[in-house]
Amino acid sequence: MSPDPISLLEAVSAARWRVAMSLTIAMMAAYFGFILLIAFNKPLLGSILVPGLSLGMLLGALVIVIAWVVTWIYVRWANTHYDSSVDRLRQ
Amino acid sequence: MTPLAAPNAVAIGFFLLFIVMSLGITVWASRKTRTAEHFYAAGRSVTAFQNGLALAGDYMSAASFLGIAGLVALSGFDGLIYSIGFLVGWPIVTFLIAEPLRNLGRFTFADVLAARLTQTPIRISAAIGSLAVIAFYLIAQMVGAGNLIRLLFGLPYEAAVVIVGGVMLAYVLFGGMIATTWVQIIKAMLLLGGATLLALLVLARFSFNPLALFGEAVRMYGPTVLAPGRQVSDPIDAVSLGLALMLGTAGLPHILMRFYTVRDARTARTSVGYATAFIGFFYLLTFILGFGAMVIIGRDAITKIDPGGNMAAPLLAEGVGGTPFLGFIAAVAFATILAVVAGLTLSGAATLSHDLWVSVFRGPKADEREQLVVARLATVILAIVSIVLGIAFKGQNVAYMVGLAFAIAASANFPALVLAIFWPRLTTAAACLSMVVGTVSTLALIWLSPTIQIDILHHASAPFPLRNPGIVTIPLAFAVAILVSVARPVASEARRFAELERQLHVGVE
Repeated sequence: MSPDPISLLEAVSAARWRVAMSLTIAMMAAYFGFILLIAFNKPLLGSILVPGLSLGMLLGALVIVIAWVVTWIYVRWANTHYDSSVDRLRQ
Repeated sequence: MTPLAAPNAVAIGFFLLFIVMSLGITVWASRKTRTAEHFYAAGRSVTAFQNGLALAGDYMSAASFLGIAGLVALSGFDGLIYSIGFLVGWPIVTFLIAEPLRNLGRFTFADVLAARLTQTPIRISAAIGSLAVIAFYLIAQMVGAGNLIRLLFGLPYEAAVVIVGGVMLAYVLFGGMIATTWVQIIKAMLLLGGATLLALLVLARFSFNPLALFGEAVRMYGPTVLAPGRQVSDPIDAVSLGLALMLGTAGLPHILMRFYTVRDARTARTSVGYATAFIGFFYLLTFILGFGAMVIIGRDAITKIDPGGNMAAPLLAEGVGGTPFLGFIAAVAFATILAVVAGLTLSGAATLSHDLWVSVFRGPKADEREQLVVARLATVILAIVSIVLGIAFKGQNVAYMVGLAFAIAASANFPALVLAIFWPRLTTAAACLSMVVGTVSTLALIWLSPTIQIDILHHASAPFPLRNPGIVTIPLAFAVAILVSVARPVASEARRFAELERQLHVGVE
């Protein structure tokens, strides 16, 4: 028995919204966390971890890496789960 | 400011090579440009990898290459705040915008709003926001082009502006999106390749250990170069700038337009994944280039050539690779400016001709031929306007204009677009008001900000305390859209959204 097309569409929409929103919030939390640290705790970010590397530099590079990772997670999720649901919607 | 490389033969040689190659592509593309679909969307034939490069090419402007490298060279860590801010919008584009945009629209982001709301008022309001973003972005690029080319090639400012305007006009007018896309791809490869090579040459002096480079910067200029400093004095302003950079990326018309050049939503998603990888890599390189220039060239030598620090990367190229490498990097910077200006002009032409002329004034009466003629006419008008503005703003400090373009994109375009994609209850009146309020409030608050009132008009104080209005204008635009939709619901428009929901995922069948 094929699933009801309306409820399948709703399920696809809801799943996409859930994943997109969670990852958006994760990215914003990482970036604004970094900005707020810059704004409110400059000395902490200026602390030197090893010669040539401050905590701020490390966290800044980490924000770029996080942007890559969340994008990769989304693309992977969409390529596997979302695309197959969309294919079922097409039928 | 003194010319850095008064007519440098290598620079001129590389630059002419780029021009000849890109005009060759334009001739080839012009034969393939027969319909509006070709002109605006390259026949939807661009692959994910190509579009990833083209997106990166559209986004990595001379401001980010020369400006951020200079900022890092002069203020260390503070410059990095910008390079990180310019990247973090891309995941948001991936998650929220790219695929639905491709599935619901044809050429511009206003198509998405027009698909579910009443066409005429929506397109006019969207055009106001789009054209404001494009105008300020274009002015910043043109003025930057004039100054940089004067410094790099020793050409007069006006001549540089006219050359950029003229060559860009040739790309867009004859080659449309096909030529513009290939110009972006070549420019992105040159820029990524040139910046990588430059970074490797720098790192070679520090046994390929970035920490040794940063450590040397600390030894020469003190530990403050690795810590946040003066640039972020006000916490609210810092968050406000961050919001505008992040959400503005998702509202830039010339970036959004690129998602229509690929065949389907899946390709759009993959392409923005590639773009995020390229752009992130590029901004990581700016860490190395900026600190490299600080250490190898020295701050005094950089500010002696240009007080704004814009020549840090070219000087660094000369320092580590000699005159030929300087010539190459100078040509890459020129190509960068040309490509960004071409992308902006094409998206402006799409707004004027597709959104306004064809959709609002002529409707279905406009056939294929007329659409192309009007698009090309709009391109010529925009090229002339950008040259005139470039010359009119000569000598003005326009650094704030890119920030302004991002703030308008984040306040006028992003809220309406994201609500149109995700919120069934959005109404026409709400979306129109949101876009107009977003544009007008951003312009007004920038006018009242310290940037204009104190720095430019030399008044003692400014009525609005923040330099970046995003933290006020973005929530304001969302609030207007939501409150008006709730106060005056339109049942038929909510039903229309339900009809489109399938297309949002599946695309046009």
